[in-house]
Amino acid sequence: MNPHAAYLDPILTRHGRQVVNLMQILREAQEHYGWLHPDAIDYLAEQLAVPRAKIEGMASFYAFFYLEPRGKYRVLFSDNITDRMLGNVELMNRMCRNLWIEPGKTSEDGLVSVDFTSCTGMCDQGPAILVNNIPITRLTESRVDAICDLIREQVPLAQWPAEFFQVVDNIQRKDMLLTEGFVPGSALQAALARGPQGMLAEVKASGLRGRGGAGFTTAIKWESCRNAPGEVHYVVCNADEGEPGTFKDRVLLNSYADKVFEGMTLCGYVIGAKQGFLYLRGEYRYLLEHLNRVLERRRQQNLLGTGILGKPGFDFDIEIHLGAGAYVCGEESALIESLEGKRGTPRNRPPFPVTHGYLDQPTVVNNVETFAATCHIALNGGAWFAGIGTEKSTGTKIMSVSGDCARPGIYEYPFGVSVRQILEDCGATNTQAVQVSGPSGVTVSRQEFDRILGFEDIGTAGAFMVFDDSRDMFEVARNFVHFFAHESCGFCTPCRVGTSLLRNLMDKLHNGLGSPYDLAEIEKLNKLLLSMSHCGLGHTACNPVLDTIAKFRPAYDARMLHQDFTPAFDLDWSLQAARQMTGRDDSGAHLSTVEEQNP
Amino acid sequence: MSKTFTLDGKTIPFKDGQTIIQAALEAGYYIPHLCYHPEFKPHGSCKLCTVKVNGRQTASCTMLAAEGQVVESETPELNEERRALTQMLFVEGNHFCPSCEKSGDCQLQATAYHLGMMSTHYDHFFPNRPLDASHPDFLLDFNRCILCSLCVRASRDVDGKNVFALAGRGIKTRLIVNAKSGRLADTDFAATDKAASVCPVGVILPKRRGFAVPIGQRTFDKQPIDAYVDNRMVREEG
Amino acid sequence: MAEPRKKLKLATATLAGCFGCHMSFLDIDEHLFELVEWVEFDRSPFTDIKQVGACDIGLIEGGLCNAENVHVLRDFRKHCKILVAVGACAINGGLPAQRNPIPLRAILDEVYLTEPGLAHGGIPNDPELPLPLNKVHPIHEVVKVDYFLPGCPPSGEAIWKFLTDLLAGREPTLDHTLIHYD
Repeated sequence: MNPHAAYLDPILTRHGRQVVNLMQILREAQEHYGWLHPDAIDYLAEQLAVPRAKIEGMASFYAFFYLEPRGKYRVLFSDNITDRMLGNVELMNRMCRNLWIEPGKTSEDGLVSVDFTSCTGMCDQGPAILVNNIPITRLTESRVDAICDLIREQVPLAQWPAEFFQVVDNIQRKDMLLTEGFVPGSALQAALARGPQGMLAEVKASGLRGRGGAGFTTAIKWESCRNAPGEVHYVVCNADEGEPGTFKDRVLLNSYADKVFEGMTLCGYVIGAKQGFLYLRGEYRYLLEHLNRVLERRRQQNLLGTGILGKPGFDFDIEIHLGAGAYVCGEESALIESLEGKRGTPRNRPPFPVTHGYLDQPTVVNNVETFAATCHIALNGGAWFAGIGTEKSTGTKIMSVSGDCARPGIYEYPFGVSVRQILEDCGATNTQAVQVSGPSGVTVSRQEFDRILGFEDIGTAGAFMVFDDSRDMFEVARNFVHFFAHESCGFCTPCRVGTSLLRNLMDKLHNGLGSPYDLAEIEKLNKLLLSMSHCGLGHTACNPVLDTIAKFRPAYDARMLHQDFTPAFDLDWSLQAARQMTGRDDSGAHLSTVEEQNP
Repeated sequence: MSKTFTLDGKTIPFKDGQTIIQAALEAGYYIPHLCYHPEFKPHGSCKLCTVKVNGRQTASCTMLAAEGQVVESETPELNEERRALTQMLFVEGNHFCPSCEKSGDCQLQATAYHLGMMSTHYDHFFPNRPLDASHPDFLLDFNRCILCSLCVRASRDVDGKNVFALAGRGIKTRLIVNAKSGRLADTDFAATDKAASVCPVGVILPKRRGFAVPIGQRTFDKQPIDAYVDNRMVREEG
Repeated sequence: MAEPRKKLKLATATLAGCFGCHMSFLDIDEHLFELVEWVEFDRSPFTDIKQVGACDIGLIEGGLCNAENVHVLRDFRKHCKILVAVGACAINGGLPAQRNPIPLRAILDEVYLTEPGLAHGGIPNDPELPLPLNKVHPIHEVVKVDYFLPGCPPSGEAIWKFLTDLLAGREPTLDHTLIHYD
C-alpha cells in the first residue's frame, strides 16, 4: 500500500481520475506536504495510468510545483521592476539574514525557504510576497521582522495578523466596467431575448476587441468557433494575468466576478458551449474560494447549470483551473495545453483554438475584461458600446497603474485617452518613461506622452508602469530581460537559448564590462528572437531592449567601455578558486579583466 | 494536375495535408532541419527549417503546403539565422566532436557543416549534465542533447513505452527517463527500440561499440547532409 | 601565385592544446617551401622565438586554461593584425574544457591531495606557475578573433587552403570536404 494513497485517493476521486485534470490533482496533492513526494508521483502515475515521466515533466515546467522538499513556510518575493523600485531586494536580504538562510535554499531544519518569483500582480501595493501561495502586500522592514518571528515560532498562517493579507482594489477611476449596480442575470436575460445570433450581431456591432493585448476582434472569434464543427464547444477565460505590471483582472475577479462569469455564460450561449473554464493564475490562488462561492451562488440563482433562466437546453457551467506559475500560459494555446494537464508549451498554429482548442474541440479563449465587457453589450447593445472610445478601439480600458506616482491603482478610461492624461490623473511628476502593456509592450518616452491608448496607436493589455527621472531605464530593461529568460518555456531554440544569452549580455553591461561589440550582439539577438521564435514570448522578449536602446541610448553608452571588445567573463574572478587553494596573492595570481589600452 | 508551390523559384508538387518540408524533401530539395523526422509527427521546436512563406517566416515542418505559395529557403539571411540557431545549440550543451562517437554521423554537426559554421560564436554555457551509464547496453550522454524530442516521440509513438520525456523549463529544459531513480536501467528501454536509433546527435549510444567505422569514412564524411535529402540516411549501425 | 613584394610576418602559439594543430601545419609538407617564400615566422614553436613581435597573422591553437594562456593570447591580439583560432580547443575549449563540469577545487584536490600514489606535497604555489582558471574557455570569449579554422586538428590541406586564401587577399573559404570538427 502506497503511503500516499490515503490523501491522494480523495483528490483523485474528486477529479474523476481524469489525466486531463492532472494539474489540479498535483496542486491539491502538493497542498498536503508542500511538495510532491516521488512516491506520490508513482502512485498518481499508477492510478492515472500515465508514465511518471509525464507527471515529472509537467510538474517541473511550473514554478509552483516542487519535486524536492521546500520549507514549511515558502516565501516568494515578487520581482517585478516596481517591486525592485520599492526595495524588495533589501527586504529579501533582511529576511534571509534574520532567518539565517540563503535565497533559493531551504533552511536545514526544513522550516523555511525564501526565493524570488515573477510579478505577483500586486504592483500598486508592493513590495509583495507570497507565503505558501497567499499574498502579503506592503512589505516594510518591520513587517519583514514580524514575519520572521511568526515563522520562527511556527505560527500557522491562519493565525497571522489579518492586515498582512489585505489586498485592496485601489480603484481610482471608474467607467462602464467598474461601475457598481450590475444585476446578476440581467445581461443573460437581455441576451436570451435577442437569441444567440442576435447577441452575436450585437457583439459584432460593438467592435469589441480582445483586452488581453493582441486585440483580436471578439465577434470573429465567437462566430468562427460557433461555426466550427466539433462534438462540444468550450469557453475559456484567460485569467492568467502574468504580464508584469498588470493587476486589473485581479480586481475584476475580486469585485466584479459576476460580470466575468456572466460574460462567459453569454459566450457559451452564443457558441453553443456547455462548459467553461476560468484559468486562474497560481499567484491568485487566494481568490479561489471566493470565486467558487460566486459560482455556487450563480448555480443557485439558475444562472449556471441546466436550463439557465428557465430556458430549456441552455446548459452551461464553469470550472476553475489554477495555474502554477508560468507566464507563457497567458498565450492561449499554451493555456489550453496547461488546462489539459500538460506542460504549457504553445502549440503549432494553425490550427487555432477556435477550431481546435481544448481537447481539440472548438474553443473561445478571451480575457477576463473582454468577457466582462460583453455584459454591457448585451445590456445596452452594440451600437451604444461602439459609441464609446474611438472608432478603432471601442469601449473602455482598465489600466493597472504602478511605479512612480502618487496614486497607483486601477483606472478605467474610454479608449483614446492620452498617456499624459493618465500621468496627470495618477499624480506622476518628473516622469521620463512609461512602460505600457508590460515588458512585452512598449516603452513610451517623454516626447511621446501625447500618444493615445488604443489599437490605432498604443495597443495595451493594461499595464502602465511609471518611471521618473531618478530611474535608470537600462536597469528597467535588464529586469524585463531577466523576466523573459526566466519565463521562456524552452520549447524553441531561439527563445530558449536567446533569452539567456540576452540576459548574460545585459548583465555584462550592468557589471560595467560591456563594449560596443556586445551592444551589436544584443541587437543581432533581438533580430533573431523576433524572426525565429515560436510564439509571442520570444517575439516580444526584445521589445524593452530595442525600445530603451532607441529612446534611452545614454543609459547604455554610460555602461560601455570605450574599446572594441571585452572578455565574456570576469577573468580575475575566474582565478579566485585557484588563489584560495594555493594561498597566492602575488601579481601573477591576478588578471585584469579589462586590459589597459595601448598608449 | 497536382497542386504546386515554388521553393526558391523551383516548382514543387504536393499532396493535400503535406507540410512544406515534406513536399520539398520528397521532391529532392533539402531544407535544414533537426527536430523534423519524416516518420514522426512534426514538433516544430528547433526552428532550423524556418523558411519565408509569402514573405513571412515560419517553420516549414509545421506549415502546410498550399497552392501557389512562394517559399524562400536558401537565402543568405535565412542561412545566417539558421547558423546562429546551430551555434546556440552548440553553446547550450557540451558538444566536443573529437571525443564523440557520433562524430561524422551526427546531424547537428553535418547541419553546421552545411551552414558553414566555423565557430560557436556565442559564449558557452558549459552546463553540468552527468552521464547515465546505468543501462547494460546503452549510454545516455545528456551533454549533447538538443531537445529535439525525437526519442520522446519514438518511444511513445512507435515503441509504446514512454521511456523519455522533457522536463524543466527555459534554459533548464532537459531530457529525463521514466524511472523514479532517473536511471535508464530502471526503465523498460531496450536496444531494439526505435528510440534507441533515432537520436540525431550523440545522446543515446550503444555501449562497447567505439569507432567501428573510422573517422573520415562516416555518413557525412562521404557526402554532405543536403546530398541525402531525406532523413533516412543515418547509418543503421549493425 | 604571384611573387609577393614583402614577406608577411606569421606567428603561432599553443595555449591549452596538444600541439596537434601545429603537427598538422607541418603536414602541408612541401608547401612549407612555398610558404616561406611568402611569410617569415615570428614567435612559433618552429622558430623558438619567445616573444611575439608585430605580425600580420597570428595562429592560436588551444583554449584558455590558465593565466599564462590569457597573457599569451592578449599579447598575440595586440601584435597580430589578423588573429586566427585554429582547431577545436581554441574554438570551443575542446578536450581540456571537458573538465568544466567539475569544480576546480575538486580537480586540484584530487590531483594534488587525495589521489592515491601521489607524494602529498600539497597544491603547488610557486609564483612561477600560472594559476588555472575556474573553467577552460574558447579564445573568442576573451579577445576578438578574426577567423576560425575548425578541426581536431584541421587537416594540412585545410590549413594550406586557408592560408593561401588569406595570403592572396581572398576571404578564406573551406568547402565541405575541408570543414571538420573532428
